[in-house]
Amino acid sequence: MASDRILGLVTVLGALAYFAGALQIQTSFLADPLGPRAFPIVIAIGGVLCGIGMLLRPDPEPAWPGLRAWMGMGLALIVLVAYAYTIVPLGFLIPTAIASAMIGYLIEPKAAQSAVMGAGLSAVLFIIFKYGLGLGLFALPRWLMG
Amino acid sequence: MDTLANLAMGFGVALTPYTLFLAVCGCFLGTIIGALPGLGPSNGVAILIPLAFALGLDAMQALVLLTSVYYGTMYGGRISSILLNIPGDEPAMMTTLDGYPMARQGRAADALVISGVASFTGSFLSTVGLVIVAPILASIAYLFGPAEYFALYVLAFATLGGMTSNNQAKSAFAACLGLALAMIGLDNGGMPRFTGGNPHLLGGSDFLVAIVGLFAISEIFIFIESHGKNSALGVTLGKLSIPWADLRATFGTMMRGTGLGFIAGILPGAGASLGSFMAYMAEKSWVGSKGRFGKGDPRGVAAPEAGNNAAAGGAMIPMLTLGVPGSGTTAVMLALLMTLNITPGPLLFKEQPEVVWGLIASLFIANIVLLIMNVPMVRLFVKILMVPPWVLMPMVTMVSFVGIFSLSGSYFDLLLMIGFGVLGYLLRKLDVPTVPVILGILLGNAMEDSLRRAMVISDGDIGFLFSTPIAVGLWIFAIAGFLAPLVLRRVIKKPPVPASDAPLDLD
Repeated sequence: MASDRILGLVTVLGALAYFAGALQIQTSFLADPLGPRAFPIVIAIGGVLCGIGMLLRPDPEPAWPGLRAWMGMGLALIVLVAYAYTIVPLGFLIPTAIASAMIGYLIEPKAAQSAVMGAGLSAVLFIIFKYGLGLGLFALPRWLMG
Repeated sequence: MDTLANLAMGFGVALTPYTLFLAVCGCFLGTIIGALPGLGPSNGVAILIPLAFALGLDAMQALVLLTSVYYGTMYGGRISSILLNIPGDEPAMMTTLDGYPMARQGRAADALVISGVASFTGSFLSTVGLVIVAPILASIAYLFGPAEYFALYVLAFATLGGMTSNNQAKSAFAACLGLALAMIGLDNGGMPRFTGGNPHLLGGSDFLVAIVGLFAISEIFIFIESHGKNSALGVTLGKLSIPWADLRATFGTMMRGTGLGFIAGILPGAGASLGSFMAYMAEKSWVGSKGRFGKGDPRGVAAPEAGNNAAAGGAMIPMLTLGVPGSGTTAVMLALLMTLNITPGPLLFKEQPEVVWGLIASLFIANIVLLIMNVPMVRLFVKILMVPPWVLMPMVTMVSFVGIFSLSGSYFDLLLMIGFGVLGYLLRKLDVPTVPVILGILLGNAMEDSLRRAMVISDGDIGFLFSTPIAVGLWIFAIAGFLAPLVLRRVIKKPPVPASDAPLDLD
């Protein structure tokens, strides 16, 4: 109930913001009868209607996870973002091993098993990607390899 | 005769040693992807698209590889349904109902062989159906102008939304969200929209990034939440022999399942899950009280497998001839074609027949390869099924990252992909279907384009959208398709979901 009401409210507000954004679009001199604003405005109106629909007739509350699971997923999110930022500067092997191990650990909390899996997966995938598929990956940080 | 000549040309294009090798690889990978719980047709194909590009395959080779993967996943889904009572993907859900009881009775090997043959029957015959129906539909599609196309897009959203969710407002919201995201970037007249001045966004939202995020990355969060309870443990498989008597007894079942599945596949928005559901339910009522459905009846394995594989072939028809996909997986296949600069539609049949017929030929090749892999060699896949989720999910993550990164080489796309992953998780928890979002991102610009062209032709007269019989018919179907589930839901009960598990992947 509450979740759907929040989703409905967020949808209405988001659609209104989208509507306002659509009005800001500059029209080009190559004018066709509709122009670049009309379709986004139709979508925004559709969004408002859907949001109102969800506010008025919400579904039963979904089974949200507990605090621990939320923390686990939050940690996974941080790991993924960090992985995206480090894969080039630090090379493929180290970030992949760490990120794989972390995600494996979050699914099944056994530290040693995850660490071995991370290292192994990183090496195997590197060989497949680099030599099997011929992708231009760097194994280690470039400043280490000279 | 024309069709046979075209088909021969298709085989000429698709049957080189290298493409054959790719077909074998694709079928192998596809069966694994289908069998592993948590990976299904749409996210399996999605994470492989970027890699196919990284390999530098040409259009035909990429198509052969990925259609083999697609068909392979449809075959593979049954393996974990039968052995573990966990559907490897959603279309394989109905197979658990009789497949798992058969396995408990020590007939796992029989169930795997029967379902493998049923899969082959379904997908082979529906590919024949595709050969016959697609050119006819393509010639009708020639009559479509912008008004008809606009109505057709509305139809696709209406029926897909109607089928995939319990709440009409939520599926319409999903479609709006996808369309809204599609508007980001330069419009057809070259004006920037919703970019917030960010140059990364001028090119628009890349649908591959969205697909991989929504389908694959969101799965990681689902697994972390559930701590990967769906792992494979203690699977044993007896001696493998071919149960000829059962195969003869289920022949009629396979034929009926194929017919129903094929029709379900062609209908926009229905797809493989509905195909297998319809085939199972129809077979159950056809056989009546004589059957032992739910207690390990071989017909209960043959019907849904023939149905879902036939639907996979049928679903290719609207995607190829009209450019409007009817299901999540065909939406992913459309994304593949668009990335290859191939625009499906009636013109494709006229202008690039070698692509169409090569694709169809590769579907036939994939089927033969899959029959060989999935019946005599099924033991191998049972071994692979033992991969626990704490290895599988990191692997999916890394393949997704490397794939998307090799495609564009930008951090921004990786972050966008993670963002879509979070969005996908939240949407799935809130019971908002993700397939209409993908469809919106894929079709948004084409839909707007057809609307604007219609308005140019009619000089701004909205009535033009309803001016031809075809357009009016499509509008009526769209409205009926959107509203029908509201009525039908009262009449038909939802299919029984196996107690152990909720659907893992959207068709």
